[in-house]
Amino acid sequence: MTFCRLAGLCCLALLLGGCSGNWGWYVVDPTVPAGWNNLKFLLSGLYYTLLLSFTAIVISIVLGLAVALPGLSSNPFLRRFNRVYVELVRAVPILVLILWVYYGLPQMTGLTITVFWAGVIALALSDSAFEAEIFRAGIQSIDKGQYEAAHSISLSYSDTMIYVILPQAVRRILPALGNQLVYMLKMSSLVSVIGMQELTRKANELVVVEYRPLEIYTVLVLEYLVLILIVSAGVRWLERKLQSDQRG
Amino acid sequence: MITVEKVSKTFGDFHALKNVSLEVLTGEKVVVCGPSGSGKSTLIRCINGLERHDDGRIEVAGNALTHTNASLRAVRASVGMVFQQFNLFPHLTVKQNLTLGPLRTRKLSQADADKLAMSYLERVRIPEQADKFPRQLSGGQQQRVAIARSLCMEPQIMLFDEPTSALDPEMINEVLDVMSELAGSGMTMICVTHEMGFAKRVADTMVFMDHGEIVEKAPPDQFFSNPGTERCRDFLSKILAH
Repeated sequence: MTFCRLAGLCCLALLLGGCSGNWGWYVVDPTVPAGWNNLKFLLSGLYYTLLLSFTAIVISIVLGLAVALPGLSSNPFLRRFNRVYVELVRAVPILVLILWVYYGLPQMTGLTITVFWAGVIALALSDSAFEAEIFRAGIQSIDKGQYEAAHSISLSYSDTMIYVILPQAVRRILPALGNQLVYMLKMSSLVSVIGMQELTRKANELVVVEYRPLEIYTVLVLEYLVLILIVSAGVRWLERKLQSDQRG
Repeated sequence: MITVEKVSKTFGDFHALKNVSLEVLTGEKVVVCGPSGSGKSTLIRCINGLERHDDGRIEVAGNALTHTNASLRAVRASVGMVFQQFNLFPHLTVKQNLTLGPLRTRKLSQADADKLAMSYLERVRIPEQADKFPRQLSGGQQQRVAIARSLCMEPQIMLFDEPTSALDPEMINEVLDVMSELAGSGMTMICVTHEMGFAKRVADTMVFMDHGEIVEKAPPDQFFSNPGTERCRDFLSKILAH
């Protein structure tokens, strides 16, 4: 269904291109060598977009969980830590965080940070506040009886979380986690400002050479669109699979 | 086996338990009844530390319950609990529900835990459901799985918190049968239930609670034929009337 819509969009874009004198598809025309090379150049950013987004989402999920758990504690200091972290991190714009981590953090710590890791750290930090809220809501939605049953068979806190609560919570929050992954893929485009050679940066560089922003950015839009539709379909597949697991 | 001495518990302004004392001997079957809100569930939830008692002393199988982690673990290791809503783990199969405790806390091997699980599933007469998920089972079957899950921890004491209250009438007996069989094997049991037929057959001691107090405590024949207090007589006439 989504792919039909996507195909429709592509057709529409090409049709527009064909009708108007302002379009110059030759820059990305795969049938001519120069266009094919440009296209390959644009697609070569895919590697870093994916690597950056997936590394950052994994770290942000781990970090988010680590921040969510204190938020559910009965200890008021741990809960306060959770609130302060979430409120502070959520208040910083991603672009600002990227710039700060890349230019500021090395000066503060004396460490050298590569563009890639600066991007990963900034994206993961920023997203972790949202992941923490998602996990907190998911864990809170699990019935109290599950904890009591776990206590009654003497499970420790960590075993209760790992074997009883989190597997159920993750099933419930999977759609929200999928959203965050999509969000992460889109936000990774911002890391282009510090020189990360991902999709958006490649497009910018090509535009500077070819002076064809309309066509090149249209290709860029389509690249993100296809990528995110594939990821969304993957998340939905996982949701269905986990649900059928539970029914047996 | 269980000593409850002058235990009090409040939830905000509500006095759930007032100065409750109860002694349960090894192998004794105690049935606790009383109107809702009388503190029966709170009492047994205090005994395995699910609720923290405010005042008084609770000792279970030689371990004083003090709400330090070590004391809670020691008490819970010797006490099994069955809940009104079963509280099975919905994402695990029946067999995985049973083996989780033995694998994680008793550190059994997978093979030993599986064998243990199957032996208790046979005891509650549903070995053929081992690989199903809880939601594929009837209420009665789910509650029997919950009983087997507790038994897999090989407790010395079993607590039942209204185990048949959430069940359809035709499923109540299959659960009571399993509980009667368990009582026959010499397990120490405290059951909160309104199944008075079961109580007459199985109980050594009947306890009647009202407003957070133990109002009456007597052997079943005396309890049912000649209750000593007006409140207890009133309650029994209401639930035994039909």
